[in-house]
Amino acid sequence: MKFDLRKMLNLKSSSERADARRERPQYKSIDTKSMTLVLKEGGLTAVQMETLQKIMKVISMVLIYAFLAVMAVIILLPFYWMIITSLKTNTEIRASQQTFWPEVVMWSNYVDVFDRFDFATYLVNTLVVGILSTIGTLFTTIFAAFAFARLQFKGKNFLFTLLLATMMIPGEMMVITNYITVANFGWLKDQTGVFAAMIVPFWISVFYIYLLRQNFLQIPNELYLASKVDGKTDWNYLWKVMVPLSMPTLISIFILKLMGAWNSFVWPNLVADKQEYRLITNGLRSSFSTTAGEPEYALQMAATVLVTVPLLLLFIFFRKYIMKGVGRAGIKG
Amino acid sequence: MEKKNNWKAWLYLAPVVILTGVFIFYPLINTIGIAFLKNYNYLTGTSDGFTLDNFGYVLGITPRMYMGIPLYYKDVIQIAVPNTLLIVFVTVPLSIIISLLIAVGLNSIKWFKKILQTIFFIPYVTNAIAVGMVFAVIFDGFGLWNYLFGIAMPTYWIDMGADPSKAMFALCVYIIWHSLPYKILIFLSGLQNIDKQYYDAAKIDSAGRFKTFANVTVPLLSPQILYIMITSFIGAFKEYSSVMGLLGRSGTAPGNNNMYTIVFYIYDSIAVNKVHQGAAAAVLLFIIILAFTGIQFWVSKKRVHY
Repeated sequence: MKFDLRKMLNLKSSSERADARRERPQYKSIDTKSMTLVLKEGGLTAVQMETLQKIMKVISMVLIYAFLAVMAVIILLPFYWMIITSLKTNTEIRASQQTFWPEVVMWSNYVDVFDRFDFATYLVNTLVVGILSTIGTLFTTIFAAFAFARLQFKGKNFLFTLLLATMMIPGEMMVITNYITVANFGWLKDQTGVFAAMIVPFWISVFYIYLLRQNFLQIPNELYLASKVDGKTDWNYLWKVMVPLSMPTLISIFILKLMGAWNSFVWPNLVADKQEYRLITNGLRSSFSTTAGEPEYALQMAATVLVTVPLLLLFIFFRKYIMKGVGRAGIKG
Repeated sequence: MEKKNNWKAWLYLAPVVILTGVFIFYPLINTIGIAFLKNYNYLTGTSDGFTLDNFGYVLGITPRMYMGIPLYYKDVIQIAVPNTLLIVFVTVPLSIIISLLIAVGLNSIKWFKKILQTIFFIPYVTNAIAVGMVFAVIFDGFGLWNYLFGIAMPTYWIDMGADPSKAMFALCVYIIWHSLPYKILIFLSGLQNIDKQYYDAAKIDSAGRFKTFANVTVPLLSPQILYIMITSFIGAFKEYSSVMGLLGRSGTAPGNNNMYTIVFYIYDSIAVNKVHQGAAAAVLLFIIILAFTGIQFWVSKKRVHY
């Protein structure tokens, strides 16, 4: 296919132009249907390119889905393995031919776990510690966020910056002195004390103060002024307007904090030295592991299922709040 | 009005000020102080005065005299520090790359997006210890890992005195698995905030998928990448629960410290009433983390687009 550039662009000498005028009917009568303009790039026509792009898109979509599916399987495999291992016999677990479905489904493993793993005590301990530390945190967080978002006072910015700066300090810097502190408070002697040691130091969370302050700042100023006109005090305004409006954030904080208590291991491991004071994670780690060498994997995994399932249930019911609360950190501003 | 607000504000702040004072600011200063005390005993609160030996001891430079024989402590400098650095430099880059790929993949699909997103978040809501114990079963001598990859059974990865490099491999697999969901979530929320116009412009310039990823996605995601890098570097330096979950002790055999990390040493120091040495290790960890964070901020000044 050849192009005559002059013809295409209609460039004609002045003498030709007169002819062209005369020739116009003839020019019009050119059968444009038999002419095709073909643009090529990389040896492909536009139509071919489009098909190719479509194919490429399909292929890349297939690849993306395949990649995501493989990764999803890798993510889920440990959970699946945990569940089926908890239903196997110990001989099947340690067989050289691993099975992906238990030969004999051993529901009795769970009965054994309830007999030998003090799930009820751990559960009560964890819930008491978790709920008390969560409620305390909510109060301190609400008060502090209110002061930082609404009130004017000397040293406000300095204090806020100072608090944010503490997030950079590794907790390991504090843990030694905090251990000495709670020991000096006489908190390591009885159950109440040990519980206090597991609760009180966790009544603050700088990150949640920051999160809630951001939320409070979004509440329009007019509401505050209106409440002032109505003669409401700051205290009333906080509980009647700001807290209800920030409910989603507060629910996020509540759930995340509760999950934190359920998962806390290091500090309770230090302060709760007696079996009956232990939280669920500490109880789990020390269970069924060192009885004459071989760990009893089936029972261990059954206990692990018991520890994991409440978290997963919480996640299923409060997925939105959890993911929003966790994801908030990454959004700038 | 101003003045009235002043004391009222401090009243609202009182719980936080008291609690941070007692449990954050005082410990910070006190721990640094303890690190410079000789033979500090936290039960009695006594010490033999100022010294730099704690740092020297932790770093394996200053010996401890035992019946006239100098004993050098090498567990931190020869085991904990290399282990920690290995964890940091293996798990952080790998988990960032994998989670970035997953997030970009999730962002470009339509079907099953919600359900996949949920699946990829599940490890976040699990207990580090519980899942560590599941990985211990998987990496058992007769476990799933050996079975799937056709490795002769029993090949021990984490127990029976297994080679520390093997245990470290299992540990890194577990740490990466457990650290993916948070990163994916942050990256995904960052990706969803990127203006579609940039991608349209890239399309007009007929930039390929890879080019678009390298020249549009990564630069526009750089604040999130920086945030994730800093937090996961700090997290990796403080690895402890993962070791406890996977092994339940500090080594591949009882009484063996070959899986020590710096934080492990700090916690152990409390148990054996050697908190002055633990405090010295904590101060060193703090300095290392500060230095790393500083370097990352400094590097990011040129590379991060806000």
